[in-house]
Amino acid sequence: MSIRERLSGNEASAIAMKQINPDVVAAFPITPSTEIPQYFSTFVSNGVVDTEFVAVESEHSAMSACIGAEAAGGRAMTATSSNGLALMWEMIQIASSLRLPIVMPLVNRAISGPLNIHCDHSDAMAIRDSGWIMLFSENNQEAYDNLLMAHRIGEHKDVMLPVTICQDGFITSHSIENIELLEDDVARKFVGEYKPEHYLLNSKEPISVGPMDLQAYLFEHKYQEANAMRNAKNVILEISKEFEKLTGRSYSLFEQYKLEDAEVAIVCMNSTAGTTKVVVDELRNKGIKVGLLKIRVYRPFPAEEIAKALSNVKAIAVLDRADSLNACGGALFTDVTSGMFVNNVQIPTVNYIYGIGGRDTTSKDIEGVYSDLMEIAKTGKVDNPYRYFGLKS
Amino acid sequence: MTKINKESPWQDLTPGGTMYDAGNSLEFKTGDWRSVKPVYIEEKCKQCGLCFPVCPENAIPVNKEQKREDFNYDYCKGCGICANVCPFDAIEMKEE
Ligand code: SF4
Ligand code: SF4
Repeated sequence: MSIRERLSGNEASAIAMKQINPDVVAAFPITPSTEIPQYFSTFVSNGVVDTEFVAVESEHSAMSACIGAEAAGGRAMTATSSNGLALMWEMIQIASSLRLPIVMPLVNRAISGPLNIHCDHSDAMAIRDSGWIMLFSENNQEAYDNLLMAHRIGEHKDVMLPVTICQDGFITSHSIENIELLEDDVARKFVGEYKPEHYLLNSKEPISVGPMDLQAYLFEHKYQEANAMRNAKNVILEISKEFEKLTGRSYSLFEQYKLEDAEVAIVCMNSTAGTTKVVVDELRNKGIKVGLLKIRVYRPFPAEEIAKALSNVKAIAVLDRADSLNACGGALFTDVTSGMFVNNVQIPTVNYIYGIGGRDTTSKDIEGVYSDLMEIAKTGKVDNPYRYFGLKS
Repeated sequence: MTKINKESPWQDLTPGGTMYDAGNSLEFKTGDWRSVKPVYIEEKCKQCGLCFPVCPENAIPVNKEQKREDFNYDYCKGCGICANVCPFDAIEMKEE
């Protein structure tokens, strides 16, 4: 029997961590981290988990301690947000390159400056090419579900990569919504035990982790990492199928919402997908054929599958909640359009940068995007592909 | 485990470069990093024992009688720390 609850995204993530019962959680206990380690530390104090909680002095140390614990053979987790992730950045690369499947909830908030603590995706986008699997979550339920699947994905022998589970700061992390939880023992059984093949605390096989890796080797190790990322796509689909059997909740690489017969489509991630669904329903009621493609798996990026799913629409808008400041468009936009290009899908596509630093994203904004798209679909012309909405001008 | 060398294809390398073995820095000879070399002047040495604990490469062998012997140039990288701590000028740094 599943349990009906009402929880914030942070609480839901902490409860998933309680059910996972990791060996080590190393976290920086105050801002810019999240409430997740705070809630989790109460589980530790109350003795409901067996976890060793390491309250470190910085986010850099949090990731370093996770690396040590995971290399030792344990399951290690941390959680962070915005500038906390920025401080971790050096160790983020070490975790993935040493092939340590650490799992980390990431509550997406703006990288300062000027100083801002509110939602956008500039933190996640700063680690998008770091060898971490990145799953995005529309709401608290998805944040919880993705977290329960994360270890199974990252620890798979064909993958062995760390995983981060993203959710929108405040919008998801602090809003209380209904949620369906698994019972502790069911969740724990699904996650299973971690049995690494090689680990530092194995006295029968002494090993050395993180050696010098000069000209003769690093290229091949990066190729192995790239391959692991390619393998991850199928592993994510397999684990998601198994999760669906258990819970009835279906997950894929992305969600197609009324996309089948849509004339125009929006591509976006996280909570904005929820707002977009409301607008899609409203416009559909008026007979306007609009659809949504919500990215769940951002790394590995399912370029070919996305291109195929979008191949029948007449105009596309990709929404980026972070500006890449590159004078050509946001990260998701360049990923989607390059995926389309190499798969021979040529459809007028525009980019909208939005929601920076917690700027509200309303259904009116999304309606505006769909009405622009209907116009583009009519004329087939895009005068400016790199746009903004919600910007005061 | 297959022996990994500079010609090994990616399929043979271990994930993350982990070595399924310990103590293998012995196989990594750092002696060719050296541009200056410490020379041991045995007659000046008082066996005071200050030099060998500070050597970062463990390149000053110590025998069973706790006495230092001549340098192991396979690993000595010529940092000069030993010469700096020796109070009796029994170590002299010379150009290679
Ligand atoms: S020069 Fe440096 S490396 Fe060489 S023996 Fe002296 S302390 Fe050791
Ligand atoms: S420090 Fe000088 S005197 Fe002392 S043991 Fe070393 S070489 Fe000999």
